[in-house]
Amino acid sequence: MTGTLLLGLGAFLASAVETVEALTIVLGVGVVRGWRSTLIGVGAALLVLAALIAVLGPALGRIPIGGLRLVVGALLLVFGLQWLRKAILRSSGYKALHDEDEAFREERERAAAAGVDQRRGVDWYSFTVAFKGVLLEGLEVVFIVIAFGAAQGRFDVAIAGAAAAVVLVVVVGVLVRKPLERVPENTIKFAVGLLLTSFGIFWAAEGAGVDWPGDELSLLAVIAFVGALSFGLVRSLRRQRLSAAPAGAGA
Amino acid sequence: MRYVRAFGRFWWDFIVGDDWVVAAAVGLGLVLTGILTGLGVDAWWLLPLVVALALAGSLRRATRVTTT
Repeated sequence: MTGTLLLGLGAFLASAVETVEALTIVLGVGVVRGWRSTLIGVGAALLVLAALIAVLGPALGRIPIGGLRLVVGALLLVFGLQWLRKAILRSSGYKALHDEDEAFREERERAAAAGVDQRRGVDWYSFTVAFKGVLLEGLEVVFIVIAFGAAQGRFDVAIAGAAAAVVLVVVVGVLVRKPLERVPENTIKFAVGLLLTSFGIFWAAEGAGVDWPGDELSLLAVIAFVGALSFGLVRSLRRQRLSAAPAGAGA
Repeated sequence: MRYVRAFGRFWWDFIVGDDWVVAAAVGLGLVLTGILTGLGVDAWWLLPLVVALALAGSLRRATRVTTT
């Protein structure tokens, strides 16, 4: 039960943050070059993503759970550590924070500067940028949904969590008609990194033959451990950065 | 061949990212965990420990490059 709830939360948060980024790209192109070709690109990308889940999901369901958890857990762990590493570097000031407003401005400038490539009634610049943006951001969500769904055997929860986030972000985006720069994106990415890494440790170790003390409840202890480790590393790196900065320089 | 290489490169960047040492450490940690559990040792603690060391090491390398 605990694992299933956290799984839904993880899929929701990961999907929310990727949808915010995809929305910024789509808005940047659509506002400048028009909506028809942009939305065709979005639709095509969503079809590809849905097909990936529809094909890979049931196929993974046929693999024995022990081997599946080992492979999926290991991939999720390596993938999650990437998210966590970047989040720690951002929180400690070693990497710039992601700024949706800035990304939106850059996307609009690129869209305005790009030449006209109109064939068969489609603006291919708008189509390609929207298609690539949604596909690449969505691929991370699909990976997480498939990994979570397969390892826990709950595709319904993983898909529902991800879909709820997409609907919420898109509805809010359509209402405000600008990028959602107030979404605490960097904090959410930190939380997603924590959850991916913790689920990865839990499932990969289980796949390697470990019997976790307390069974599924130990997942909470793993999350607490990874959380404490991450915050400790952020504090340590902040101190390191400040002590390395020349006297009088700003943080 | 170029497309196959580009396809492989995409998935490598997608899963492994900037620091392959982290992925290698996770792989090694899982092999050791499998060996220990096979020998009857309850090695649930090993993977969290490996992750802690790998993450700290990766961040140390990343910030050393940045600060120099």
